[in-house]
Amino acid sequence: MTYIKRILTITAAVSLACASTALAQQRDQIRIVGSSTVYPFATKVAEQFGRTTKYKTPVIESTGSGGGIKLFCAGVGVQHPDITNASRAIKASEVETCMRNGVRDITEVKIGYDGIVLANSKRAKRLTLTRKHIFLALAKEIPTANGKLQRNPYKTWRDVDRSLPAVKIEVLGPPPTSGTRDAFSELAMEGGCKQFGWIKALKKSDKKRYKAICHGIREDGAYVEAGENDNLIVQKLVANRNALGIFGFSFLDQNKDRIQGSAVDGVAPTFDNIAGQKYPVSRPLFFYVKKAHAKVIPGIAEYVRAFTNDKAWGNDGYLSDIGLIPLPRAERTRMRNEARSLANNVNR
Amino acid sequence: MNKQARTVHPALHTQAVVARLRKRHRRERRFRAYCIAAVGFAVLCLIFLFVDIISKGYTAFQQTAIRFEIFFDPEIIDPDGERDAEMLAEADYAALWRQPLLRAHGEVNTRALRRELYRLVSSGAAFQLQRMVANDPDLIGHKRTVWLLASDEVDMVVKGHVSRHLPEAERPVSDRQLAWLDNLAAQGLVEQQLNRRFFTNGDSREPEEAGILAALMGSVYTMVVTLMLSFPLGVATAVYLEEFAPTNRWIDLIEVNINNLAAVPSIVFGLLGLAVFLNFFDLPRSAPLVGGLVLTLMTLPTIIIASRAALKAVPPSIREAAYGLGATPMQVIQHHVLPAAMPGILTGTIIGLAQALGETAPLLMIGMVAFIVDVPQGFTDPATALPVQIFLWADSPERAFVEKTSAAIMVLLVFLIAMNALAVYLRRRWEQRW
Repeated sequence: MTYIKRILTITAAVSLACASTALAQQRDQIRIVGSSTVYPFATKVAEQFGRTTKYKTPVIESTGSGGGIKLFCAGVGVQHPDITNASRAIKASEVETCMRNGVRDITEVKIGYDGIVLANSKRAKRLTLTRKHIFLALAKEIPTANGKLQRNPYKTWRDVDRSLPAVKIEVLGPPPTSGTRDAFSELAMEGGCKQFGWIKALKKSDKKRYKAICHGIREDGAYVEAGENDNLIVQKLVANRNALGIFGFSFLDQNKDRIQGSAVDGVAPTFDNIAGQKYPVSRPLFFYVKKAHAKVIPGIAEYVRAFTNDKAWGNDGYLSDIGLIPLPRAERTRMRNEARSLANNVNR
Repeated sequence: MNKQARTVHPALHTQAVVARLRKRHRRERRFRAYCIAAVGFAVLCLIFLFVDIISKGYTAFQQTAIRFEIFFDPEIIDPDGERDAEMLAEADYAALWRQPLLRAHGEVNTRALRRELYRLVSSGAAFQLQRMVANDPDLIGHKRTVWLLASDEVDMVVKGHVSRHLPEAERPVSDRQLAWLDNLAAQGLVEQQLNRRFFTNGDSREPEEAGILAALMGSVYTMVVTLMLSFPLGVATAVYLEEFAPTNRWIDLIEVNINNLAAVPSIVFGLLGLAVFLNFFDLPRSAPLVGGLVLTLMTLPTIIIASRAALKAVPPSIREAAYGLGATPMQVIQHHVLPAAMPGILTGTIIGLAQALGETAPLLMIGMVAFIVDVPQGFTDPATALPVQIFLWADSPERAFVEKTSAAIMVLLVFLIAMNALAVYLRRRWEQRW
């Protein structure tokens, strides 16, 4: 059986060849990691960038905000990513990790906003909610009249408020690992929660308890963790007209023939309302650049320039076409200057 | 002879026996019905899956295109007339198709209306023209008929995935855009064409431009590495364990571990790959080489177990006959046992590889869940794999990616079916009955 010998030789040769190329690793391609929410926008810019410049198209991994920052902060060198996308700002503890691993100069670029919408099927009535409604419907424990807490007893939306329909509370939303969930807890749940005076007072005296009350989501089946895939939630909404789903604005925008967004605090989730900062449940999106890499990996400065061009992130830019809500003009100008000079604006 | 007489001996033909026999036959029929129901259920599920995927996905193989008479205006592309490649790359190719479109629609005079009109055509159209000029600079100054892709929203309406009868606010194209589109269609300028790009492009954010070649090549490179490593290693291990290994506690331990490894969830191998290949050996992220190494770990137990079963099935008489003629143990294995066991070994290998081809979880950990536009050219280029591409498209907001997702699933299924068919063929071709 000489061909077994031949296979063995080829295997050895291939693994040797691969190992030698790996050792002489030299990167001429930008590597980006991070949030799955920013992924559609970053990939769009990357593709345009790859086609219109002499640089290669950057490789973008969808790792989630936390996972991306972890990789980003792991160190300086070609094996570490150059840029990380995030659907929340970097935390102080993460900056410390970065510093410990020698990642000193980081430029934060805020690219725009993403609205988080609560939507239901077109075949049902459009809901008009307030943040207080959302909190009362979804919190694990809700305050009683005498300033105590009780397990959430509400079964239907009518129980929460007389103005709402008598439909079972059934909300499909992201799991706790998701950045969308973090933002939803912070903006919608906490926004409704702190309308109770005594809970708001807790924020100063007992921050841990305050957070537990405001961010605790019920686990009795009314809130269904539907996974990270927003398209799946949309499909389930179409099939179940009583359910309400939580996801990013771009999915509402792409499926407006089948689903409708609920108004929150009297404001409908439209492009203009989110851009005008009227819609309360919207969060900023970011990317972070490692300055130490800008001199080594070709194209990083140009990529940042392409992203912060009004053709991309401006009011009529191609990113707004796919659902990114642009920054207000003044903030955009300031951000552009910081980004293009790669100023260290994270840990001064 | 009638049936009764054949099954029941006349001497036993008492009433009690007949009743018992009838009951047993009934039970037999019921059991068979249950089995048929189980098969029927499985077949039904399979049919449902195929019908769902194919009905959603077949439209992805066609793409709506709009016909343009493009004048490759030297004033726009190359005002200096130097044919400098870098200058050519920076020109405003969008103007080439926008100007004739504007001329044909005289009523469009505001910026908002112009934007609306331009949205009929894919934003990749400019790159298509750019590529044409880059391939053949002599085009400059000439006129050509070019089919440019329509935007994904228009494509969805033309294919009927988004109904045009909805109120304007609920569909992605406006009334005005529909009127323009109908007007173009009436002149025969709109056509559904074979979507060749789907097989020749890498990933893209524009659904109409997105293709699966990058993912396909990534899968191919990964599978080559997996095959090269897992086949020789697996077969050698199986031969040792089956033919040479003494029976002692160590060998037992190894056998138990191999069987256990076959049941370990694949994500664990991904974590191992991250810790060993990326962090310790410093191999590049997102490379098919690392993907292949990780999937090798996953496939090895399957191949070893299948190969051992195949070796065991070779009758001892073959070995004894060879020994009797004076062959050495190595000759016995290489000349007789291995060839006889090869169909079974190959079947096991192909099934193991097919399993690896559909795997995403371990690839997540080593960075192969990524946006890859450039088709990978080697084992260390950043790449992704077919199932990962399906996952990424399924998670994209654009409606047009729904059909692309199903189409990519169809391609993956074709691959899997081809591999399994090959396994069946190899078995039929070389199988020996003893």
